[in-house]
Order: sequence, then C-alpha cells, then structure tokens
Amino acid sequence: MTQLPDPISQWFSTRGWSLHPHQLAMLEVASEPATLLVAPTGGGKTMAGFLPTLAELASAPSEGLHTLYVSPLKALAADIRRNLETPVAEMGLPIRIEDRTGDTSYTRKKRQRADPPHILLTTPESLALLTSYEDAPRMFAGLQRVIVDEIHALAESKRGDQLILALSRLQAMAPGLRRVGLSATVEDPGAMARGLACHPDPCRVLVADPGPAPDIAMLDLPEPPPWAGGGGRYAIAEVLEAVRQHRTTLIFHNTRAQAELFFHALWLQNDDDLPIGIHHGSLAREQREKVEAAMVRGELRAIVCTGSLDLGIDWGDVDLVIQIGAPKNVKRLVQRIGRANHRYNAPSKARLVPANRFEVVECIAALQAAQENDLDGDLKGPGPLDVLCQHILIRACAGPFEADALFAEVRTVGAYADLARAAFDDCLEFCATGGYALRAYDRWQRLLMQGGLWQLRDPRAAQRIRMNIGTIMDTDTLKVRIKGRGGAPLGEVEEGFAATLTPGDTFLIGGQIVRYENLREMTVEVTRRADREPKIATFMGTKFATSTELSHRILGMFRQPSWPELPDHTARWLALQREVSRLPEEGRLLIESFPRDGRAHTCVYGFAGRNAQQTLGLILTKRMEEMGLHPLGFVATDYATLIWGLEPLSDPAPLFDIAALRAGLETWLAGNAVMKRTFKTSATIAGLIERNLPNAQRKSGRQATFSSDILYDTLLKYDPDHLMMRITRTEAMRGLVDFGRIEEMAMRVQGRIDHLTLQRVTPLAAPLFLEPGKVPVEGAGRERLLAEEAERLMEEAGLA
Amino acid sequence: MNAYSFTFADAALEARHTGALFWPAEKLLCVSDLHLGKAARINRREGRMLPPYEVTDTLLRLEAEIAATEAETVLCLGDSFDDLLAGAELEDEPREWILRLQAGRRWIWLEGNHDPAPLDLGGETLADHTRGRITFRHIAQDSAQGEISGHYHPKARPERTSIRARPAFLICGSRIILPAFGTYTGGLAARAAPLNRLIDDSGLAVMTGPRAVALPISACAAR
Repeated sequence: MTQLPDPISQWFSTRGWSLHPHQLAMLEVASEPATLLVAPTGGGKTMAGFLPTLAELASAPSEGLHTLYVSPLKALAADIRRNLETPVAEMGLPIRIEDRTGDTSYTRKKRQRADPPHILLTTPESLALLTSYEDAPRMFAGLQRVIVDEIHALAESKRGDQLILALSRLQAMAPGLRRVGLSATVEDPGAMARGLACHPDPCRVLVADPGPAPDIAMLDLPEPPPWAGGGGRYAIAEVLEAVRQHRTTLIFHNTRAQAELFFHALWLQNDDDLPIGIHHGSLAREQREKVEAAMVRGELRAIVCTGSLDLGIDWGDVDLVIQIGAPKNVKRLVQRIGRANHRYNAPSKARLVPANRFEVVECIAALQAAQENDLDGDLKGPGPLDVLCQHILIRACAGPFEADALFAEVRTVGAYADLARAAFDDCLEFCATGGYALRAYDRWQRLLMQGGLWQLRDPRAAQRIRMNIGTIMDTDTLKVRIKGRGGAPLGEVEEGFAATLTPGDTFLIGGQIVRYENLREMTVEVTRRADREPKIATFMGTKFATSTELSHRILGMFRQPSWPELPDHTARWLALQREVSRLPEEGRLLIESFPRDGRAHTCVYGFAGRNAQQTLGLILTKRMEEMGLHPLGFVATDYATLIWGLEPLSDPAPLFDIAALRAGLETWLAGNAVMKRTFKTSATIAGLIERNLPNAQRKSGRQATFSSDILYDTLLKYDPDHLMMRITRTEAMRGLVDFGRIEEMAMRVQGRIDHLTLQRVTPLAAPLFLEPGKVPVEGAGRERLLAEEAERLMEEAGLA
Repeated sequence: MNAYSFTFADAALEARHTGALFWPAEKLLCVSDLHLGKAARINRREGRMLPPYEVTDTLLRLEAEIAATEAETVLCLGDSFDDLLAGAELEDEPREWILRLQAGRRWIWLEGNHDPAPLDLGGETLADHTRGRITFRHIAQDSAQGEISGHYHPKARPERTSIRARPAFLICGSRIILPAFGTYTGGLAARAAPLNRLIDDSGLAVMTGPRAVALPISACAAR
C-alpha cells in the first residue's frame, strides 16, 4: 500500500479520519498517465484528486508549477483554494496555492507567470489564455499533474474540447504531464476517459462506491397537474409543506423564467415567512452572492434555482431536492439529486413535480430510469472545427509554429483523433487568409508562412485574439437596474425581450415586479412596483429538449396494456387516447388530422425533443405552403408538433421522406433565424466575429457595426461551401436546430406512418392547444401583417 | 408596394423598398452610404477577414436599381467608399463595373466623412448638390430646409413587436435621411439621438425590405 508522507498521515490520524478507498486508489495509480475518478458528491473527490500532489510535494519539495487544477466555475476555483489552504497549513507543508480566473488582478496574474505557485487553480478559458503567451513553455516546463474537476460538466460542451486542446499544448511543453479527471456519475465513463487521455494513452477509470440508493419519488399532490404549460405553481402548498419538514431544500426549475414565476407565487402563499431565496444565471452577481452567503450561514430554508446550482459549491445541509417540471434528461436529474445530502453514506432525497399532464408520464419514466441507473448520453460528434480554428489562433499568439507538429498535437486529443489533414488545413487556411473562394486578403493575411513556420503577420493581433478566447456564448443581454443615481443592479434580460417592452410594462426579475421606465446606455432602467401580477409573463430562457433515451422510455410505456404506476387521472387520459385514436409507437409515426374552429389541424408525434419538433414545424409548414395547404402556424413540444392551416392534409408520406426533409434543411431553412444564430456562435468562436473589441473601437458609433446575419446571408449567396457554412450545417445537426434527431426519427419510423383522419381533437393533442410559444408561419403572411399594422398606425396618426 | 410615394419640397419622390430614393421628374436615383471596400478596410486595420463579397453585392443591387428606374442621374450621397484608400485600392473588376454603370448618365459623388475628396473613378465629386428647392448633402445640417442626406444609417421597426429593425428612410417636413445602401452597414434606431433631434415626431419612417412600409416615427421603437 502506498505510504503517505508523515505530515499528511499525522494530519488524518489526529482527526481520527481515514482515507476513503478511492482516495487510496488514487494514490496508488498516481504515476499513471491518465486517471478518471467517478465519485458521488461529498465523497472527498477533490481531496482524492489533490492527495497525490500533496504527497509528492511533501516528500520531494520542488520549485515552480507542480499541479494545475481546472474547474468549470470561477467560484469553484476560489472555493477549492480556501478548502485546500487550511489542511495544507495544518500539515505544515510549504506549498503555495493560488487561483487565477477572469477576476484575478492584472499585477497578480503577471506575477503568477513569472513566479508560478505550486498549485494553480483556474478555468478552461484562463488556461487557454495562459497557453497563448510566449513565455508559456517556461511556466509549464515542470508541470507534473493536471486535475480537471467536474469534467462531466465540461465534457459535453465546446469548453471541454477547448480544454483538452489546451492540455495537448501543455503536454508538448511538459511531456511527463499526468492527467486526472474528477466526475459525477455518467453513463459512459470509458468514453469520458478516452476524451481526457492523451490519445492513444490508456486512461484508468476508478469508480467510487456510489453510496446508498437515493430516495426518489413523485411529490404527493392532491390535485392533478394542469393540461399544459410549465412552472408547477399548482403544487406550491405541498412544496411549502415539504420545505417546512426539511432543513434545507433546493427547488430546481428548468428555466429562469419559470423559477421567477414560481418564486413570486411561492411568496404570495408563504404565510410563515419561511426564508426562501432565488438563484439563477440572469441575476446580478451581487444578488447571487448574497443568496450564496445566506445559504452558507444556514439562514435559508429553501432556494428556488436553475442549472446555476447544478455544480460546485458545497452547500452542506441540503436534505431535499425538489425538481419542478420533467427533468428532460435522466443524467441531469441524478446529478441534481446528488445535491441533496453531501454527507457520504446518507441517501439523497428527491421529489418530482410534473408541471403538466404529459410530464406525469415523463417524470415516471425518468424516475424509473434513475432507479435503474440507466443514464442518457448525448452522442458526442467529432471535435468541432470552430474550436480548432480558435486553438490555431491561440497557438499563433504563443509564437511561430510548424503545421505538421500542431496537427500531430491536435490528434492526441480524443475528440480530434480522427481529424483529417484536409480538415485541419482548411482551418489553418481560414485563420491565415479567411479561406474564401474569392482570394481577397493575400496582402493582409492574419497568419504568414515564413521559413516553414506559421506566424502572426502583425504581432499586435495577439491582443485581439486573446480578448476573444472562449467558447461560452452569452446570448445578447441587457443589464437591468433600478432607475436613479446608484440604482441597484437586478440582473439581465435577453435583448429580444427588452425590445418588446414599452414604458409602463411590468415584469418579474429576482422575484420582484418592476416597471420598465427607459433604456439608457444599454441598461434597462426600472422602478419597483407593488402589483400582484406582472403584465408581461417574463423573459425567455433556454429550454432543454427531452433526451432520446427518455423519449424511448415513454414510447415503451405506451405499449403497456395498463398503467398501474401512473396516477389515475393520467392513466385514464392515455386509455381514452387509445380508445378514440391510438398511442404513438416506437418504430412508427403517428399523425392525426382533425378539424377544429374552422381550421384543419395536423398533429405529428415525432418524439424528437422540443428543438427538433420546432425545426420539423418550420420545414413541414414550408412544404405545406408549397403544396397549397395554406398553413397558418404551429406549436411544438418535446413530443409533438401541431400545425394548423386552411386545407386538410390528405397524404403525409411525401412530407416525411428523408430526402425531402434534408432538402428542407438545405434550401429554405438555410435562411431561417435559427441557422443564423447557429452561424453567429460558430463564427464568433472561430474568430470571424469578435465579441470584445479594444476600448478605442468600442466607442465608434452604433451605425458602424452590422449584424452577423449580414455576413451569413452574404456567404450563403456567394460562398455557400465556405468553412463557416460547413461548420454551421454540422452544428445544425444538434443544438437549436437539432436536425440529427429529425433524421433519427425518420430512420426509426422508416416510412411507417399511421395517418388517422378524425372528426375532433384527440386527448393527446388537446394540451397542445394550450401550449405557449405558437409560431406564425413566416413569409408572405407575416409581411402582410406588418403592412396591416403599419397602415393602422398611419391612420391612427392621421398620416394615411 | 415597391415604393412609398410622397411629396417633398414640391417634388414627387419615391422611397423604394431597396433603400434607394427616386425622383421621377428628374430621373434621378439617389443612394447613400455604399461603404464600398469596407471588408478590405477592416482587414487592413484590424486583420479580420470578413467575406469579401460586399462590393459585388452592393454593386449588383445598385445596377438592378438603375435598370429598374432607368435613371439619367445617379447621385451617391457620400461615404460611397469606406475610406479614400478603399476607393483607390478598388480591384479592377468593380472599378470597370462602376465605369460601365456611369456610361450614358450623369454620376455625382458627394463627399462624405469617410471619403472627403475626389476619387479617380469617373463622375463628378461635389460637396453638395442643389436641384429646385432640394439640397443633397452627406450630413444633415440643423436648420436646413428641403434637405436630403445620409450618414446616420437609420433603421426602424414598429414598437411593441418582435419584428427586427430594417434600414429605413426618415422623412419630415424639412428633411429626408436615407438608409445606408451598402451591404456591410449597420444602423441607428429612428428615434435614437441625434436622429430624434433632426426628424420631428410628426415624421415618418419608411422601412425597406420585401416591401416599402411606412409608419409614423412616433410608433417606431426607441431602439
């Protein structure tokens, strides 16, 4: 067994503590090139990651950077530093520990590069920035270990790709570097391990004892949930009762908007004045920190929150997690459940509250999956090329490089192991000349080849590249502030939401109702209002799509002859659907057509998730317009798309031909706003569009800047095969457009379409009529509405 | 409707859905802020490499407008080039294209803040140009009457809707401000300062796009 150096083993024994088995195991495999530790929260995971470092530094003190720790959250880096400094001081070890994030001061950052600490805690973006400096090789030369914390949170996003690319750079500077990943429970640890290791090195996977099975169930509710919508406000009395019976409760919501509405409604019923706070990513940092501090002091009985509390900070005393709305994804549910009870060996307790009738089915399916530990995983495609473009630019900032060497280095990253040389060369060409069919920038190339090495033509370009490092795309948001001198910051709203406000409108933010007053220097100024109901629901927020696995589970449940596990009201609903129409089946596509209110309706049960069903709506209505069916609008949920129009659909088969759907994606959907948003994200990551500009340029007038949509339209028209357009089409397979799931659905049903023509709306389709987010069909109809609106306004103003 | 027709300083004018202004009686086509060479200038100054197709796109649209209106005079209201060097360094192909467009008609370049001097590109270069009661210049002057200018790249959208802003003409009793015609141009909201000082509340915005859509300035979004 590995012997711990005396100061460390004494520290443990004086406290009467012994090492967890996985902590010991980490010590034993410390010399291996890569290790992934999968352990539940509260299992001493972080200590397991750091113990080998402390042991090595205690037995053989060295100068310079020994271990780099990377976490997805700035706050986590600072938190871990504090949690590590105490034991290190008590052990009497001469180890210097510092954190480095976007919040670290300039002078401190500069000193860290000249005289690095033994252990540096940072984020993927700060690390990418560090590798861009010319002195990076000196700083990282002696680096021994890198620890990636909460790697599951990074692995599915481009931040993870960027991080592992940065590790490939570190590996070149410090060939002996060993990699450690720390992860919560995931469906495929092997795949995550391959993504972490320096390809083709092996990566050992250690799985800690997961502890006792969690106690999860549906929250007992006397009332059935509403037919449609989200938010779960019908359950507030029972949620308050659960809060009363527990020490501390986390109440998770899927969107910020729903968290706000729920929080507001909760306080209207909170007669005992239970101290309950709200926490989500749109709130001002000051507001969030206040809530976090109150939580740490144990002053709050509950927090209404979103994904912003999925990770990180150890809250300690949480003994109940309530999930409002279907969790959409089993893995996220399991990880959220893990937030309750950070004490190892105590079961976590969680309760689910379906927000509407369909979510009852989805919650039960998710609950069963969680109990069987059948987690869903997103198929992760090969490494994205926009991130590679940024990586090449970052590499160029650090000094001249050889294309062959960089290509070989990139291929050590699991996600890029199969990268073709031609694709790499395309990215390099894009960084050097823009990569356009029309060669226009030969005189002022960004990268030049000189003496066999690529380098920045103008070294000053490095500053602009460094300012734009990162893959996190903030949607365009505006700050919200109380009007008046030194008015308190409240948070942020999306620019699209702000655009629809006029003075006098009221909305919810941070649990309070505010009145929109005006817009001043890109800040929304508001005043507080004592109204009970906001006039405008609230700002938007990202919506998760139900995972493929969960959709399959639901379709599996539909095969059952009866549903004893479902509440009576929901079982009766499904039985009625089976009686008057039929239930959707795996391997077939159910389409119902029926008249209602003088309009022809068609409901397509694709079970492809919200984003894909939305895209399907866009493509189908366009095809239906071509077929002369005059579609007027549609609405999409995770399981179906409901379309209404003037003419009934008689034969849906040609609509669902996969070639026809593909053609829809490539022709007219190419001009759609979702594609433009996808393009903007990739073009920003790849460095075509800059988010951050040097100060001098930021001041130039607003008319000087033009939107990325114009660039997209121009490329679509004159250079449709440009690298950025190819990347956009690849990205459209997932995310907002999610065309991959439409293809998956088309393959699954293989043309087996059940088209039922019915006399009236069916039980399963009925809730769709109540869904918000109806989409009017774009095109001629929309232009007509604008013209009518304008005419009305002209008449009103006496100008017509 | 491809154009919004109105009377200004005794002249019958058309604000076309493309962003060009046409004066049928004079067979005069007026466009503003072409900003030709903007991609090249951004590349020269910042190193960024935007899609280099904006000159082609702008000239294609201008050519179509000339053909559609059979204009005898083409008047570019300034900032035709993103800077003087962008004009001087224009590639041979677009240069010859512009000379072809000039053949058989009068062509006036007004000076703008981006291109404040004559260019070696045919046509005549003037600081301003007056016809009848109308004066054309690049930047609006506070007390002017019957003035047609550009510079601000106005855009507009109706308030309280999610319709995205489009380049727009701003029209009031004393002046007209043209939207930018160039492909790579942004915009300033119709009611933002200083446009709100130049165009009074009783004025109109004519949105460009698939059709020309007129709406009262007072019904335009503030941003």
